[in-house]
Amino acid sequence: MISLNDILTLLPESFLTVAICALLLLDLFLKPSQRSVTHYLSIVALAVTGWLVLQHFGTPTAFGGMFVRDGIASILKVFVLLTSALVFVYARPYLRDRGLFVGEYYVLCLFAVLGMMLLISAGNLVMVYLGLELLALSSYALVALNRDSPLSSEAAMKYFVLGALASGMLLYGMSMIYGASGSLDLATIHKAAAEGTQRGLLLFGVVFVVVGLAFKFGAAPFHMWLPDVYQGAPTAVTAFIGSAPKLAAFGMAYRLLESGLDGVGGHWQLMLAVLAVLSLAIGNIAAIMQSNLKRMLAYSTISHVGFLFLGLVNGQPEGYAAAMFYAISYALTAAVAFGLILLLSRAGFEAEEIEDYKGLGQRAPWYAFLMALTMFSLAGVPPLFGFFGKLLVLKAVAVPGTLWLAITGAVFAIIGIYYYLRIVKVMYFDDPAEGAAAIVKPADAPMRAVISINALALLVLGLTWGPLYGWCARALGITP
Amino acid sequence: MFANWPLLSLLIWLPILGAIPVLLAGDKRPGAARAIALGVAVLTFVVSLAMLSGFNHAVADALARSAPDLGLLKNMYLQENVLWIEALNVRYHLGVDGISVALVLLTTFTSVLVIVLGWGSVDEKVSQYMAAMLVLEGLMVGVFCALDALLFYVFFEGMLIPMFILIGVWGGARRVYATLKFFIYTFFGSIFMLIGLLYLYFKTGTFELAELAQVSLSAQEQAWLFFAFLIAFAVKVPMWPVHTWLPDAHVEAPTGGSVVLAAIMLKIGGYGFIRFSLPIVPDASTEYAWVVIAMSLIAVVYVGYVALVQEDMKKLIAYSSIAHMGFVTLGIFISLALARGGNANGAAIGIQGAMVQMISHGFISGAMFASVGVLYDRLHTRMIRDYGGVVNTMPRFATFFVLFAMANCGLPGTSGFVGEFWVILAAFQHNPLVGALAAFTLIIGAAYTLWLVKRVIFGEVANDKVAQLKDMDARETFVLATLAVAVLLFGLWPQPLGNLMDAPIAELVKHIVISKGA
Repeated sequence: MISLNDILTLLPESFLTVAICALLLLDLFLKPSQRSVTHYLSIVALAVTGWLVLQHFGTPTAFGGMFVRDGIASILKVFVLLTSALVFVYARPYLRDRGLFVGEYYVLCLFAVLGMMLLISAGNLVMVYLGLELLALSSYALVALNRDSPLSSEAAMKYFVLGALASGMLLYGMSMIYGASGSLDLATIHKAAAEGTQRGLLLFGVVFVVVGLAFKFGAAPFHMWLPDVYQGAPTAVTAFIGSAPKLAAFGMAYRLLESGLDGVGGHWQLMLAVLAVLSLAIGNIAAIMQSNLKRMLAYSTISHVGFLFLGLVNGQPEGYAAAMFYAISYALTAAVAFGLILLLSRAGFEAEEIEDYKGLGQRAPWYAFLMALTMFSLAGVPPLFGFFGKLLVLKAVAVPGTLWLAITGAVFAIIGIYYYLRIVKVMYFDDPAEGAAAIVKPADAPMRAVISINALALLVLGLTWGPLYGWCARALGITP
Repeated sequence: MFANWPLLSLLIWLPILGAIPVLLAGDKRPGAARAIALGVAVLTFVVSLAMLSGFNHAVADALARSAPDLGLLKNMYLQENVLWIEALNVRYHLGVDGISVALVLLTTFTSVLVIVLGWGSVDEKVSQYMAAMLVLEGLMVGVFCALDALLFYVFFEGMLIPMFILIGVWGGARRVYATLKFFIYTFFGSIFMLIGLLYLYFKTGTFELAELAQVSLSAQEQAWLFFAFLIAFAVKVPMWPVHTWLPDAHVEAPTGGSVVLAAIMLKIGGYGFIRFSLPIVPDASTEYAWVVIAMSLIAVVYVGYVALVQEDMKKLIAYSSIAHMGFVTLGIFISLALARGGNANGAAIGIQGAMVQMISHGFISGAMFASVGVLYDRLHTRMIRDYGGVVNTMPRFATFFVLFAMANCGLPGTSGFVGEFWVILAAFQHNPLVGALAAFTLIIGAAYTLWLVKRVIFGEVANDKVAQLKDMDARETFVLATLAVAVLLFGLWPQPLGNLMDAPIAELVKHIVISKGA
């Protein structure tokens, strides 16, 4: 029976669903010139949802354990909503310049956000799958948003086919786990895994689940779709799928691996360790060779996923807290990076080749500075935000037994430094190419202000990251 | 009267925040940017003098109260201790002892001169140059004041960003190669130290240096940690064979960058050995002292010979820097062997010598690079063959240059002599052969420096360009004269410097004798 409590517990999600449906209808009656209404209402919807997430309505679980509402879920949801709102602000001028300023973008993104929220709160394999597919289907459509671009269509097709395959893998693994434990409920599976019933079958399922997870994260060697999708999708979409979904992916990994399969931790931890090392290697080395900034950031994402996995490898609360912190820091940083690409592009000029950034330090000193901050943060140079994410992850693995992983992570962080510095080099040490105009795009004041705050936050959070980490740590039950 | 002020925080944040108005002045108003930058740097120097006075008072107070001996790294003064990150027990913990005070003063002093040097020689993007210098200054002071290992690391790494920009934007033809090499090399070194620190955190639950100095570690753990620290600091010093970034960075850096690099940044390596390797892993440091001693001797002898064949003045001085820094590491690690052998006096002399050598090298190498900068500003070449007979057209400059060259060879009466002499003294007590080899370098040092002087300064006027050289203006004279005073002052009267550092060094020697094996 659905009780009032269940409804209250799901209030943020319910509100968002209603808001999306209302927006969808409203958008039909808007003239193209009034599209900004959709834009602002979407942001308002995200803000209200965020406010609801932070309220303490309802119970810790709802619908008989289908839906979990704990500290982790709240933190991840807040940051999913925040990054999505940021991306909306950054995307608007880009979309308008290219005739893509349509209601579909917002509705699809919001559905993806809803999917992420359900995924983060999943307490049941069915819920995991439901949330994941809502996110994935919206993302496929978003990638193809620019119908006239063959590159986008190809990327969307590739994304869809590989994504469907991965979903199949995941589903197959889930069915095995169901067979082994007799339940789809993660808490029951947790018990079964700990007791060791049907271990062989369960492990068989775990392998497929981990593969499915690795695909969704974009961890090597299941990363093939990621560079093409990042490069092919309109930048406004790349900014979206490149930031917030990483938080959801962490949530999904936490639910499946910790809440569900903790009992067979030794097995998936080894798999994650291998995936982490491969991702670090492939991501960092391949990124060096890229000439397209979006593609470079795609490979950099792969390497960051590797780092995030390092946090999960030990199966300890400290590691999860570190990985969660890492995901948050990555999502906020990636939002700035893609936001700056959006800011510097204009109709007919995508600003996505690294060459396009030549001499930016002279042409637009402030945005070059922000980009440099972002790159140093991604590279993990103190005192920026990104460094402390890396620090926490390294701290979680720099213990006897996994010390080799810490050293591997460190070595690849050094390799990674090169391609981030290359962006700084191009911006500051090279002279502007002939004909490279100053940034003359008509000012979109809110975007400029928000992106400046977002980028400076990387520095400020680098100096005051204590409370944020404390929040993550408390959510995972670590008492300082 | 200053004892209760947060002087150290002021020293760190004044230049960093001072960079903001400099940037706001903008490149279109270089005059304003220069003036503000100079004002901030001078103010910081004044504050550092206040810090010295506050420090002396605090020490006198402690002596008067006959404060108990608290142990290594606990007798720090002007402390500020605030919890920074609660979850990890990271503290914003600053404090100084005699060693740090000397290095902080060197930093603030050199920074003023560097700003003055850049006054005329930097014309492009002036405000950004000055701002980068100021940020760098603040971060370097932070390195010398941090008593929390993670805080130290943040300053240690954060420093790379402004230096990266300084070399990359205002550097010479191959600046991109040089600056990337510099950044990646140093980053490579320090990240292993970070892992070492995280491991120590895992063992102890703190990043507090004084606590880490007390933790007991097995021989194997110490060995791993020792090498992690060694990579980090050896790259920074730099020691042979990880020195190759330095000549490139020096050659391509603008004059101010070279001066800061040589005068201060290299010292952080030596300082790291004294603050991390010796106190935290004394046993492994003793066991592997021979590695460092061998590397140092190679640096002083082999790199000295390499310096001899250089055709580029900056490269020559860069290699000479490596050779001189070899004395620093030699002094530090010979002391370890001496201390374990029961010769506490000898050990103190070794470390004292290393410290004096660091300070003195700060002045001398800074002065040498500044001198080359003076020539470079005029002829835009660093090649020795493009000069000759400069004394005929620039007598005032030649006087200073010869003085600094003499100091670089370690002539008695200059500061270069004191440190080298003490280190050699300690080396002889350890092993006459090591002492002889170290002493031998005085000859090589004299050879490459004097030969440089002969080719650049003396002889006939080599070409028309040299014939048209103008002697130094007041600004350049001021910089070189100030440095000359410092070189002579510490050469003739090193006692105050020695007194400043006596107490912490004695403490350190007492500490490293005790084995901490578990």
